[in-house]
Amino acid sequence: MEFAELIKTPRADNVVLHCPFHLAVEGTLCLTGHHLIFSSRRQDNAEELWLLHSNIDSIDKRFVGSLGTIVIKCKDLRIIQLDIPGMEECLNIASSIEALSTLDSVTLMYPFFYRPMFEVLEDGWSSFLLEQEFELLSSVTNEWRLSCVNKDFSVCPSYPPVVIVPKSIDDEALRKVALFRHGGRFPMLSYYHKKNGMVMMRSSQPLTGTNGRRCKEDEKLVNATLRSGRRGFVIDTRPLNVAQQARAKGGGFEQEVHYPQWRRIHKYIERFNILQESFIKLVEACNDQSHNMDRWLSKLEASNWLTHIKELLTTACLAAQCIDRESASVLVHGSEGTDSTLQVTSLAQIILDPRCRTIRGFEALIVREWLQAGHPFQQRCAQSAYSNSKQKWEAPVFLLFLECVWQIHRQFPCSFEFNEQFLIMLFEHAYASQFGTFLGNNENERAKLKLPQKTMSLWSWVNRPEELSRFQNPIYEANSLVIWPSVAPQSLQLWEGVFLRWNRPSKFLEEAEKERINIIKYNKELQARVNALRRRLAELEVNDAVQE
Amino acid sequence: MEHIRMPKVENVRLLDRLSSRRAVVGTLYLTATHVIFVENGSETRKETWVLHSQISSIEKQATTATGCPLLIRCKNFQVIQLVIPQERDCHDVYISLIRLARPVKYEELYCFSFNPKLDKEEREQGWKLVDLNEEYNRMGVPNNYWQISDVNRDYGVCDSYPTEIYVPKSATAHIIVGSSKFRSRRRFPALSYYCKGNNASICRSSQPLSGFSARCLEDEQMLQAIRKANPGSDFIYVVDTRPKLNAMANRAAGKGYENEDNYSNIKFQFIGIENIHVMRNSLQKMLEVCELKSPSMSDFLWGLENSGWLKHIKAIMDAGIFIAKAVAEEGVSVLVHCSDGWDRTAQVCSVASLLLDPYYRTMKGFMVLIEKDWVSFGHKFNHRYGNLDGDPKEISPVIDQFIECVWQLMEQFPCAFEFNERFLIHIQHHIYSCQFGNFLCNSQKERRELKIKERTYSLWAHLWKNRADYLNPLYRSDHSQSQGTLHPQIAPCNFLYKFWSGMYNRFEKGLHPRQSVTDYLMAVKEETQQLEEELEVLQERLANLQKSQSGNNKVKSKQQDRSKQFGLYTSNNSLANTPQEYSNDLKSFPSRSPSQGDEDSALILTQDNLKSSDPDLSANSDQESGVEDLSCRSPSGGGCLPSEDSGKDSDEAVFLAG
Repeated sequence: MEFAELIKTPRADNVVLHCPFHLAVEGTLCLTGHHLIFSSRRQDNAEELWLLHSNIDSIDKRFVGSLGTIVIKCKDLRIIQLDIPGMEECLNIASSIEALSTLDSVTLMYPFFYRPMFEVLEDGWSSFLLEQEFELLSSVTNEWRLSCVNKDFSVCPSYPPVVIVPKSIDDEALRKVALFRHGGRFPMLSYYHKKNGMVMMRSSQPLTGTNGRRCKEDEKLVNATLRSGRRGFVIDTRPLNVAQQARAKGGGFEQEVHYPQWRRIHKYIERFNILQESFIKLVEACNDQSHNMDRWLSKLEASNWLTHIKELLTTACLAAQCIDRESASVLVHGSEGTDSTLQVTSLAQIILDPRCRTIRGFEALIVREWLQAGHPFQQRCAQSAYSNSKQKWEAPVFLLFLECVWQIHRQFPCSFEFNEQFLIMLFEHAYASQFGTFLGNNENERAKLKLPQKTMSLWSWVNRPEELSRFQNPIYEANSLVIWPSVAPQSLQLWEGVFLRWNRPSKFLEEAEKERINIIKYNKELQARVNALRRRLAELEVNDAVQE
Repeated sequence: MEHIRMPKVENVRLLDRLSSRRAVVGTLYLTATHVIFVENGSETRKETWVLHSQISSIEKQATTATGCPLLIRCKNFQVIQLVIPQERDCHDVYISLIRLARPVKYEELYCFSFNPKLDKEEREQGWKLVDLNEEYNRMGVPNNYWQISDVNRDYGVCDSYPTEIYVPKSATAHIIVGSSKFRSRRRFPALSYYCKGNNASICRSSQPLSGFSARCLEDEQMLQAIRKANPGSDFIYVVDTRPKLNAMANRAAGKGYENEDNYSNIKFQFIGIENIHVMRNSLQKMLEVCELKSPSMSDFLWGLENSGWLKHIKAIMDAGIFIAKAVAEEGVSVLVHCSDGWDRTAQVCSVASLLLDPYYRTMKGFMVLIEKDWVSFGHKFNHRYGNLDGDPKEISPVIDQFIECVWQLMEQFPCAFEFNERFLIHIQHHIYSCQFGNFLCNSQKERRELKIKERTYSLWAHLWKNRADYLNPLYRSDHSQSQGTLHPQIAPCNFLYKFWSGMYNRFEKGLHPRQSVTDYLMAVKEETQQLEEELEVLQERLANLQKSQSGNNKVKSKQQDRSKQFGLYTSNNSLANTPQEYSNDLKSFPSRSPSQGDEDSALILTQDNLKSSDPDLSANSDQESGVEDLSCRSPSGGGCLPSEDSGKDSDEAVFLAG
């Protein structure tokens, strides 16, 4: 297919661009296969806008006389307005943008066409391999093994080809367990707590159904993670009644009689359309320019967004507490085990494991607990908060996770190697990107699309020293301890960096960040100079002594 | 002390507000000035000191099997829950505190016994730190348009105004006196802020006694004079900060607001800030939300909205923004009033000044601002903050709201203020503590009669001495935010008004960020300064050495080893941080299986050890702490609460009353 067919008017002059907190600028609008480009005639090139079509969430058009106005709402929540003279041009451009921003074939997406302008120092597609994780694990315990039972994705289509499972469970047993778990997602290792050897496993719901089916291999598998005489916790991300209802549809939960060493705790983490609605309501509130404080607070409350944040953080803290404080192993699941389950397991690791608070460690966490774990990014991030479509697969599951990380970051501002911009960058790339990392719904699909061969990895770009420097937290000091955030409402705040990002003047906050960097930089410079001088003096004094 | 019926009670339990199962046992002492709780246990013996003047309410609750609960709420938002074993003791403590918390004469207040061991000269120097004459000169008055008037030199015209007042040059004594007779409590229009750049000014007064039709020639001339003092502008704004309805109701009582028909060249504007009673109730409602035990997000947000608190903060800020804009952008002078002109008017004038003039965003300037707009112009500190026993309907968090406006601005403009959040919190604390004389009484006249400056110490000197603790590390005087007018956004989606947990949940450290960026950066800056000094020393030594080597003349200085200091912020992993109660499920969980009995009890014990909400209770012992104790980095113990300061500073012994 040629993109040119979709572009009815490739270029329009005398277009006026309006962005919040910027003066309107006049310039030329160009449409290419993957970008909307706006460029003013100014010499300094400052007024250029490159917008990926895939970043466009919705567009509205309206006319006053022959002057058309297109309002473009982006997945990163930005809203821009283009005034285009000429009704036909405007209509053409609007329909082209609409067509180009809703291409349904993945292989037409920009990552398949993007050619990087930078030298690849390290191929991000092979930066985070499960084999490396396993090697690290093997240095502290020999109770686990790598299994290739899923190498052709036949046992579990949403799992990666290799997984870490208890050594005592053979592949045959895994196949049986897979049949007993929703979507074949048998319990597998998510996290090993070095301090006390406790583990966090994740899976999907067991298929007990109404007649209480059981699976001996499943019981053996989860029990294999327990020390003798110790207990474990199953954290079910659904409330009890929802879990009970799931039985009617063939799902269910671990019953006490069959799992006597395990205690179930039901939490309530919202999913799918409820989250999406909450997201839409919150963004609507954030775009309400009304000056009325009551209205703002009631809309914020009605969106329920912060309630979801609090529930999720609470559940993650609970999982971490079971492991670290109760010295118990934990199994986390909801229904499919691809959404709330991953939110909980990955956040618990942020709390427990200092490595996850470094840049590389956090990247590894996202690869392991989200990409390889089969979070359906393509479905969930197909549309953002401005979508009008009523598809039920979209949900800001990943954004919610990122925001929880931000909440913890806010409470422990010195304990993370990365800064807020790093989290915002990940949010953007999950929804629209030149990189192939977040394409596809699982490793199986990524392999079929040959993403590692045909597209560039986000990590190849991010981990370049030039880019990394933008994402480093100047006041980071490695903190080897478990960090327990407060989940009280007073301690949680709206993530301004994402939700008010385009609605507030950013200058003052940027200045503050620059100042923080300067303070640290100057201190380090001085330290280096003092140390150099000290060495120099010592040398001279030695020489002195020798002469004497 | 005749009011202390029960100087000491043993085996008192101090409860944790967030979890009734976390409690410490200790001894309660009542002294002439403080309530002191000393924890049992030989090692820590942690002390909690509460000044009597901080107590806002004492509640004796129904006796239970464990004893008689006593709830003490403080004006600095500390809440203390005690359980006293004997009902009779509890009653005695209750009766004593009721009396101690409500002194009837100024001499009972702490500032008259507080002795920081400064000599007379130091005390006098302290009072001279903030000098309003100097401040008016800094603004650029007197000049061709403004002059100092001595019409109120012995408080003859207005007893709640200061003696020295700036008025337009063309306003004669006759006009001033005439105008004062037409204004509530004779608070005539006077200069609050003068903008050197364009001659625009902010003036303040009380409401006119216009009723439905009365007018006053001198008052009209007074407003004319204000307009004439700004030759570039042909009108002035008259801003009535009350809601229109309130102002209209006042007309029926012979008061009211300016009639545009009678005053030439004024533009009249209502702003709609609610009165002290609404504000008092609003704070009360918000504090109830803060006190909820494990509220849901909805409970909290709904309660916050329902309290109206942030709406009121925004109204004050909006008024300040309006005035700052009129002065800076339009070059138009503004006369601000409310009813008496000592509450809303003080709030709005000081917010506007802060937005307009970067000087007020420095530490010294902020002290000057409070001294100018609040202390000198007769804000009724004694009535509003209940220092002496009085009418509870007079109490209202007027200056608290101003302080919060400043904090909200600091959040939006992180580099614009020389001082940090701690500075604001400590000022709020001392407005209620009565440890320093600055905020005593209701007017300058009363303070002079009491000889405050001879008998008490100045808070400003105390803060200034410890200024290193109050610096905002991001402030640089050459920064764009530290210059010129600040232009905050107005809509809540552009200017996020936040709940200030650092103030209203000040004593629940578990709710605050566990690491403070401010403290971290302050420690780094201090180290930087040491490095700069060392660099200088080293360079000098190098130069000497090179010189002496070339002259073959060897003088060696001992190598200074300062390397230890460079480790100053790497090893303090002591602040405990334990998990909160994340689930009720865990509590109800243990269905005790016989083989694992110990496990279960361990589980319950852990629940009891979840003490994250009180940093002091959990201090030091917990190896699993999430954070290093950043407050320890502050060289002069910035983490200390002022109440503890006062404990250390004073000669008061714990057992004084015993």
